[in-house]
Amino acid sequence: MKLKPVLLALAAMASLPALAQNITVVNFGGANGAAQKKAYFDAYEKGGAKVTSVEYNGEQAKIKAMVEAKKVTWDVVEVESPDINRGCDEGLFEKLDWSKVGNKADFQPAAVHECGVGIFVWSTVMAYNGDKLTTPPTTWADFWDTKKFPGKRGLRKGARYNLEFALMADGVKSADVYKVLATKEGADRAFKKMTELKPNIQWWEAGAQPPQFLVAGDVAMTTAYNGRIDAAQREGKNLKITWTGGIYDLDYWVMPKGTPNKDAALKFITLASTPDAQAEYAKNISYGPTNNKALTKLDAKVLNQLPTSAANSKDALQFNIKFWADQGEALEKRFAAWAAQ
Amino acid sequence: MVAGGTDLTLQLRRAERRRKLRAVALTLPLLVFLLVFFLVPLAQLLVRAVENPEVADALPRTGQALARWDRSSPPPATAYAAIIEDFTNLRETAQAGVLARRLNSEVSGARSLVMGTYRALPFGDDLTPEAARDKLVAHDPRWSELPYWHAIAQNTSRWTPDYLLASVDLKRTPTGGIVRVDSEAAAFSDILGRTFEISAVVSIIALLLGYPLAYWLSTLGERKANMMLILVLLPFWTSVLVRIAAWIVLLQNNGLVNRFLMAIGLTDTPVPLLFNRLGVIIAMVHILLPFMILPLYSVMKSVPTNYLRAAISLGSPPLAAFFRVYLPQTYPGIFAGSLLVFISSIGYYVTPALLGGAGDQMLSYYVAQYTNVEVNWGMACALGSVLLTATLVLYTLYRRVSRAELSLG
Repeated sequence: MKLKPVLLALAAMASLPALAQNITVVNFGGANGAAQKKAYFDAYEKGGAKVTSVEYNGEQAKIKAMVEAKKVTWDVVEVESPDINRGCDEGLFEKLDWSKVGNKADFQPAAVHECGVGIFVWSTVMAYNGDKLTTPPTTWADFWDTKKFPGKRGLRKGARYNLEFALMADGVKSADVYKVLATKEGADRAFKKMTELKPNIQWWEAGAQPPQFLVAGDVAMTTAYNGRIDAAQREGKNLKITWTGGIYDLDYWVMPKGTPNKDAALKFITLASTPDAQAEYAKNISYGPTNNKALTKLDAKVLNQLPTSAANSKDALQFNIKFWADQGEALEKRFAAWAAQ
Repeated sequence: MVAGGTDLTLQLRRAERRRKLRAVALTLPLLVFLLVFFLVPLAQLLVRAVENPEVADALPRTGQALARWDRSSPPPATAYAAIIEDFTNLRETAQAGVLARRLNSEVSGARSLVMGTYRALPFGDDLTPEAARDKLVAHDPRWSELPYWHAIAQNTSRWTPDYLLASVDLKRTPTGGIVRVDSEAAAFSDILGRTFEISAVVSIIALLLGYPLAYWLSTLGERKANMMLILVLLPFWTSVLVRIAAWIVLLQNNGLVNRFLMAIGLTDTPVPLLFNRLGVIIAMVHILLPFMILPLYSVMKSVPTNYLRAAISLGSPPLAAFFRVYLPQTYPGIFAGSLLVFISSIGYYVTPALLGGAGDQMLSYYVAQYTNVEVNWGMACALGSVLLTATLVLYTLYRRVSRAELSLG
C-alpha cells in the first residue's frame, strides 16, 4: 500500500521529459540575451521545461568541434549571418523543417534559410553623443570629415563594415557598395579612404565599448550596434543614431547537427518565431522582428527605434553575406597588413 | 666476502630500482596528464598546419586530370568532365562546403564558385569533355579563369607547405617557385615582429620596475616581507578582465591619470593612453609584474649581504659594488623572471584585443580570428606553430647565453 505513492511519483518523474524537454540555448548574452530570456526562454519554460542558457562569443569552432566529435550539447544556437551560410554548407547544422516553424511568407525574405530562421534584424550604424555634438552628422562623408566634426572616430577592428562605410563616405551609393568593393580598384579605394581617417580612429572590439566611448567623450562619433545605443538611451544617456547608410544584418537560430533534443529545439525555435514572442522581444531591445506580423503589435515609439521601420531602413544596406564569404578572408588579411603600416 | 659483496650490490640495485619506480609512480599522473592534454594536442596542431586533405578527398579525378597540366594554357577539357564527376560523387553537401572553404582561402571567390556549381548539379549524363567544359563555363564564366584551377592543381596532395609559408608571408607560384606575397597581403611578419617587440618591452619594463621592489622586499624582515608579497600577489586574485576594465577607467581621456596630468599642468589636452600600444604595455606590465618579482625575490633572498658589505669595506663605491658584486649574483633571478614574463607575454590575447588598436594586436589575436571567424584551422595551426617554433628557438638561444640552470618545466 505504501508503495503506491512512490510508484506514482516515479511514474510522474518518468513522464516529465515527455511533456517538455529541457534544452540548452546559446546566445551572445548581454542586453540582447536578457531580452531573449524575457521573450523566449520564459515563454518556453511555461511549458514546464527548463532552458539552460549558455553565452558564447560566436565561436563557430566550438560548434564544429562538437559536431565533429558527435557530442552535441547545444540544442539551439544564435549565429550571425556569415556563419549560418558557411555552417549550412559544411553540414554543421540541421536542416529546418519550415512546415513546423510557420508560413515563410510571414517572414522577412532574409530570415528564411534552409538551416535556420532569422531571430532579429540588427544594424551597424553611426552614433554620437547628443550632448556633445549639436549639429548631427547625416552622412558617412560627415563621419570622415574631421575638420567639420573634430575628434576621434570609433570603428570596429576589422575590414567588415568599415570598407563599406569608407566607400559610402567616398561617394559610392549604398546600392553600389558591394559592386564596387568586389573589384580590385574598389577595394583599393576603400582602403585609401580608411587611410585618410586612420590617425583619428579609436578601435573598438566589443559591442559595449562604443557607447562607453561616447559617454566618456573619447570619440566624437563611432560606429555601433544600434541595440547597444538603445540600451544606453534606456539608461538615460543622450546618445543618438544616424540611420543613413547603416548596414543591417540578421542573427539566426540554428540547431547543431546531431543534437539529441532536436524536436524540443524545433519547438523552441517555433515559439520564438511567433509574432507575440517577437513583439515582446522588440519591446525589450530595439532589434527588428523577422516575423512581419509582430510589427503590427508594436506602437510607434518602439517602431521608431527599430532598424526595420520604414524611415530607418530607407538608406540602409543589407550586409552581403555572399560577398564576405568569398572575399572576407583575403580582405581581413589585407586589413591586418594595412593596420600594421 | 665476494658473495656478500654481490649481495650488497644486488640489494643496492633493488633499492635503487624501487626508488626509481616510486619516482615514476609519483610523477606518472602528471606525465599522463601532460601527454593527453598537452603533447597530443600540440602534435595535432603541428599536423593540422600541414594537413591538406580537402581537395584530395573531394576531387580525386580532377587531380589526376590536372596532373600533367602545364599551368599556363587553359586546363584540359578532361579536367572539366572530371570535376563534374567528382562533384556528382560527393556524398553530402558538407564535403562540398569543406572543399569550398579550402579553395576560397587560396583564391577569393572560390567558395561561391564551388557551392554554386555544386548546387546546380546535375549538368546531364554522358557529357563529352568539351560539352562538360561548355556547360561549366556557361554556368559560371569563372570556370575559365586560371587562378581557380591553379588552386585545385596545387592542392591535390594531402600535405601542403602553404599554411606555413603563408604564416611567414611567402607563397608558392603556380610553377612551383616560392615568392613573397604582395605587400598588401603581407601581414604576418609584421605581426610576429610586433608580438616579440611588445613582449620584450613588457619584460624590460617589468624588470626595471620589479628589480628595486624585489630588492627592497629581500631586505625586509620575514613578517613584513610576507605581508608585502601578499600585496604583490593580490592582482592574481582578480580576473584579467576586471583589471583591464579598471585600467580603462584610469587611463581614459577624462580618467584619473589624465585629469591628474592636466591638473598639474603637464598637458592641456588628454594624452591618449588607451586603445594604442601604450595602453597594452601598461596593462600587460601590471598583469605580469608578479612573475618578475617572485623569481627575483627568491634569488635575492639567497644572496648573502656580507659580499656587498665586504666590497664596500674594501673601498668600492656603493654603486660600483652593487653592479659588480650584487647584480651578477642575481642574474639567475633576472633571467628566470624575464623569461617567464616574455614567454607569458607572447601568448597574450585579451589585453591587446581590448586595450590596443588595430595595429597593436599580437599573433594570438589572429590565431583566434582564423579559428573562430574564418574557420581556417590550417592557417590558425600554422600561425601557432610559427609562434611555438620562434619561442623554442629563443628559449634555446637564451639558455645558451644565460647558461643559467632554469627549470621552468
